[in-house]
Amino acid sequence: MSTHVAAAAPAAAPGLESQPGTPTRTGLLIIGASQSGVQLAVSLRALGFDEHITLLGDEDHRPYQRPALSKEFLQGTVESESLIFRSNTYWAEHNVDLVKGEFIVRIDKEPDGSGVAHSASGKQFPFKRLALTVGARARKLEIEGGDLDGVLYLRNADDALALKARVGDARDVVVIGGGFIGLEAASSLQKMGKNVTVLEFGPRLVGRAVGEETADYFLQAHRARGLDIRLNTAAARFTADASGASVAGVELQDGTVLPAQIVLIGIGVIPNTQLAEQLSLAVDNGIVVDRYALASDGTTVAIGDCANMPNPVPGSAPGERIRLESVNNAIEHAKVAAYSLTGRREEYAGIPWFWSNQADLKLQIAGLCNGYDQTVIRRDQERGKFSVLYYRQGQVIAADCVNAPLDFMAVKNALAKGQNIPAGPAADPATPLKTITTDS
Amino acid sequence: MPTVHFTDAEGAVRDVQGNPGDSVMETAVRNGVPGIIAECGGSLSCATCHVFVREDCLSQLPPMEDMEDEMLYGTAVDREENSRLSCQLRLTDELDLFVTTPETQV
Repeated sequence: MSTHVAAAAPAAAPGLESQPGTPTRTGLLIIGASQSGVQLAVSLRALGFDEHITLLGDEDHRPYQRPALSKEFLQGTVESESLIFRSNTYWAEHNVDLVKGEFIVRIDKEPDGSGVAHSASGKQFPFKRLALTVGARARKLEIEGGDLDGVLYLRNADDALALKARVGDARDVVVIGGGFIGLEAASSLQKMGKNVTVLEFGPRLVGRAVGEETADYFLQAHRARGLDIRLNTAAARFTADASGASVAGVELQDGTVLPAQIVLIGIGVIPNTQLAEQLSLAVDNGIVVDRYALASDGTTVAIGDCANMPNPVPGSAPGERIRLESVNNAIEHAKVAAYSLTGRREEYAGIPWFWSNQADLKLQIAGLCNGYDQTVIRRDQERGKFSVLYYRQGQVIAADCVNAPLDFMAVKNALAKGQNIPAGPAADPATPLKTITTDS
Repeated sequence: MPTVHFTDAEGAVRDVQGNPGDSVMETAVRNGVPGIIAECGGSLSCATCHVFVREDCLSQLPPMEDMEDEMLYGTAVDREENSRLSCQLRLTDELDLFVTTPETQV
């Protein structure tokens, strides 16, 4: 198995000649032009990778950052131009072809890793090596009325534009799903003067991404700020207005109807694995990759939200696999893939971290709290700060921090250095965690 | 057009023109200035857009808020008196800003 593109690529592989209407062949074809795809191209150039790169996306936008879509962009406090990752000049200077609005439907691939990708519009994109940075799509809520106008999802810029376009006319919004996206959007819409109700099917907010105490904190904090949050509540169907075309309300399972001119659904995502399946790559809750971001064929790299990878947290159980949906993972995983494509074996070892801004609540999460057996809560009511530290057998493994960057930074740094923050002294919220960090 | 003069840890200088209203961080990222990572895209969550501002430029800048102050304690290279997070610094027509990027951001 070769990992060096230049060495692996035949000079003129048969079947890769340009055809009429076909763009020039490329060294590396990156399918997916979001965070991980952009980072892969940028990291490769930083490493001196000199093959031509095509960065291909199915949206009609230049690559942009997504996190602001549910927050600043929705509220109109940032311009869309601010979300663009790199200027056109940057891509031109770095020999990266940006292809917009092409959806790849089929890939023919040779055992050496080269091949041709075919788009829905009939274009062909030949490559020597392939990277799948195809992300994930919103999980659909399949209930009656789900196709009514005004029933929306929020995953990409077009979704955000569609939502923004309707906000002006709406008085009542129902958000379905009390996860990060749902709560961020709900907070934004409430700030924009809408009457917002959040329906969460489960018994608490934010599912498994945070612990019980943090979920409770957010429930109380949002309710105190006037958000109507209903736990253990499911939508039975969406009702239509007089025209029959647009949504007018959400009927709950007990028959209650909540008025809604907008219904926003945020109930998780499904990794995009169709192309990987068509290529007969191993797929299991995402595209299965090894520590070097290589898929089961040994040549294709797959990174970011679409990839199922060995758990990168130092000291995690051998063989444990994970799929992470985060900006931080998209970036770190892309760096590993960039090393891999330039022939360097560099394992992904890192402390995952996440953030979510909701109203005036800044949540920062360091590490993964799976398998904790003890928590320590630090609460500074007066200053609105709140942190939960998670422990496994006396060792700190993660933290959820609300408006407490110092705690977040202390835990993130301790985890990265293999240090500990003893639970006893950590329980005093007046003690800076940095001062009690120990070398395990 | 306002210009930001980025000096890297080795002393190499790169001048980048930006638009009034954009942050120093955005200006750096869009042009691929090495030494600015900005993982969180400017939402004051990651402290990877840390810069050292040349002393005589400091007074032209808005004062820092508590959150930026706290985040600066988490930078990869220790903060100094002239440390700022570049996502919090907005370009204005009058601004000609000199900043140095740290050796590492992570």
